[in-house]
Amino acid sequence: MVKITIDGIEIEVAAGTTILDAARQINPETAPPAMCFHSKLEGSGGKCRTCLVKVTKTSPSNPRPMPKLAPSCRTFVEDGMEVENNRSEEVLEARKGVVELLLINHPLDCPICDQAGECDLQNLAFEHGAETTDYQEERRRFPAKAIGDLIQLQMNRCILCFRCVYVADQLTDGRHHGVLGRGDSSEIGTYIEAAIDNDFSGNMIDVCPVGALTDRTFRFKSRVWFSKPMAAHRTCEKCCGNAVLWLKGNEILRVSGRRNDVGEVTEFICNTCRFDTKSLHLWEVEGPARISRDSVISQNHTPS
Amino acid sequence: MSRKILLENGDISGIDQFDIYRQHGGYQSVEKAIKTMTPLEVVDEVKKSGLRGRGGAGFSTGMKWSFLDRKSDKPRYLVCNADESEPGTFKDRYLMEKIPHRLIEGMIVSSYALGASRAYIYIRGELMWLAKRLENAIGEAKAHGLLGDNILGSDYSLDLVVHPGGGAYICGEESALLESLEGKRGYPRLKPPFPAISGLYGCPTVINNVESIAAVPWIVTHGGEEYSKIGIEKSSGTKLISASGHINRPGVYEIELGLPVEEFIYSDAYCGGIRNGRTLKAVVAGGSSVPILPAELILRTAAGIPRLMTYESLSDGGFQTGTMLGSGGFIVMDDTTCIVRNTWNFARFYHHESCGQCSPCREGTGWMEKVLHRIEHGHGTPKDIDLLVDIAKKIEGKTICALGDAAAWPIASAIRHFRHEFEYHIAHPDKITDPDHVYQPMGTK
Repeated sequence: MVKITIDGIEIEVAAGTTILDAARQINPETAPPAMCFHSKLEGSGGKCRTCLVKVTKTSPSNPRPMPKLAPSCRTFVEDGMEVENNRSEEVLEARKGVVELLLINHPLDCPICDQAGECDLQNLAFEHGAETTDYQEERRRFPAKAIGDLIQLQMNRCILCFRCVYVADQLTDGRHHGVLGRGDSSEIGTYIEAAIDNDFSGNMIDVCPVGALTDRTFRFKSRVWFSKPMAAHRTCEKCCGNAVLWLKGNEILRVSGRRNDVGEVTEFICNTCRFDTKSLHLWEVEGPARISRDSVISQNHTPS
Repeated sequence: MSRKILLENGDISGIDQFDIYRQHGGYQSVEKAIKTMTPLEVVDEVKKSGLRGRGGAGFSTGMKWSFLDRKSDKPRYLVCNADESEPGTFKDRYLMEKIPHRLIEGMIVSSYALGASRAYIYIRGELMWLAKRLENAIGEAKAHGLLGDNILGSDYSLDLVVHPGGGAYICGEESALLESLEGKRGYPRLKPPFPAISGLYGCPTVINNVESIAAVPWIVTHGGEEYSKIGIEKSSGTKLISASGHINRPGVYEIELGLPVEEFIYSDAYCGGIRNGRTLKAVVAGGSSVPILPAELILRTAAGIPRLMTYESLSDGGFQTGTMLGSGGFIVMDDTTCIVRNTWNFARFYHHESCGQCSPCREGTGWMEKVLHRIEHGHGTPKDIDLLVDIAKKIEGKTICALGDAAAWPIASAIRHFRHEFEYHIAHPDKITDPDHVYQPMGTK
């Protein structure tokens, strides 16, 4: 176990823990925001730069601060490390800058976005962003694409977190999509417009922090806050079968994976559970689902 | 003319051929190292020489070598970074074209020192004919027993591979280079771990610039101490400078570090002064990434001391009044140069070359280019200048690799030293959009 101090709060964590993880153990509400890191996806993180923190002291034997702000999701704790997160003006300023940069090419089409209400970028902008921007240039635009029958890609909304790429790499056999192009012309895409078709592709929707990848079977059906999330399970040959059903009356509008307190999917589900079993008699309903604080539904919703 | 080490015998015709190179003392260092020295003794010589990385950062080569994890049972690799793509820099290309065997010789000795049995030269894809030239040189060295199995009858074997890149600036960043070499997309890796611990294929790896490696044979043959006597203090040895821009004699010059900047620009042995008798306006001293300096600050420091071509002297004054030696891409601008247009040009380059992996650089470089484009084309507003400084701050130090900094520095420094030109552009859109208008510096309206 090693001791680390974040914003003056000391905590003991296992060696090999990241600063982000340690901060989440102290309090998920005050931990640095993370748009690209997902603990279930190996190699993720380090890209969005929203989780930057200031390491003021690396360790007692190396008391110097780290020269640059460090990505907390990929920086490991050391015994005696001291970190400033919300207490450092520099960190808050940097974060504000990153949020602004993430938004300059975002279409801000929240009113018609299926992700609205459970969008990490909305929350990030609200909690860490500035009120205004000086950006006045034209925004980058890509045409919307259906990648297969089940998933809709709205590249304009993408923040290039790469989570969906890791899902495809680590969860499915054979990745059919990835990042094409370079710099700010980078886009998520399938080479030669192939459809994404495999049993676990739907998890790309769940890990997407924004509305770039959405469920085509749920598209424009309802605002998320008008449906009721219920934890349910079924016996499934392909996956754990543990899911969240989003109900309107007795109708299942969509099925998604379960999430933890920081909004990360805890168990990935297969496409059969997600898309093909939208009938209540196929599920054992457990009760109201645990909803992460990142969803608008977390208000007035009592989990089981 | 100062002394030549890297370009020694460069003018002899046929020096690119093995026999002629060998006749003029080539590959002596391989014989000396393999027959009479242990690998660690070679490392020691390089340490003693004070040689600093010639790719831009100026980090001690000997130190870098000593960080290599020798305890690991994984294979060790040496990778030569020949992905020279910094605007204003063309020294490695010149060296490889003139004397390809010098690099091959350096690779053999350096690999021996590091205990690498496989080494790579990652060369930018645009230099394909040089890749062929190097492969040809490798073939000749192999035929003479200087490469391949059991070099010179010893039990040391080395396989040297030339690998061309696909033409991305980012692949000159060492960890992106390794990704590319592994056959992946050229995205920089998060550090730590550093390549000395986990580099190519997760194995301990040293990555050195062409020019650094090409200096090793001389150091081994003549001794590190002898090398450290050349140059000044911590800037030892010679450096290739790619001189370009508005000078009478553009080209690649090998200089002894410590040469006064003024002499370098005005002496007929080097740049030969500003073309057409015009006056010096500004210099970008170390490739497009380093801060631009106006004439008065490049010739003398803020304290009035004449500036020298050394790592220390050029960075005297920090970023406020100094710059960096960088890769030695010395771009000279005379008084007809529009700094705004030049800054926009640099910004356009970094926007184009940003890999897009991390958000500040991906989004910020495009934004800066758009604002500069606006100012240059007569649509700027007074707020735009501070906006550029602000965007540069949002990128600098926040990114995975140094490309973000490299994109921010030239813009921040251009505004720091030539703010009046940006203001002039914004105040006189009619004049700057007039194709016949030649930009006149401050004071002439």
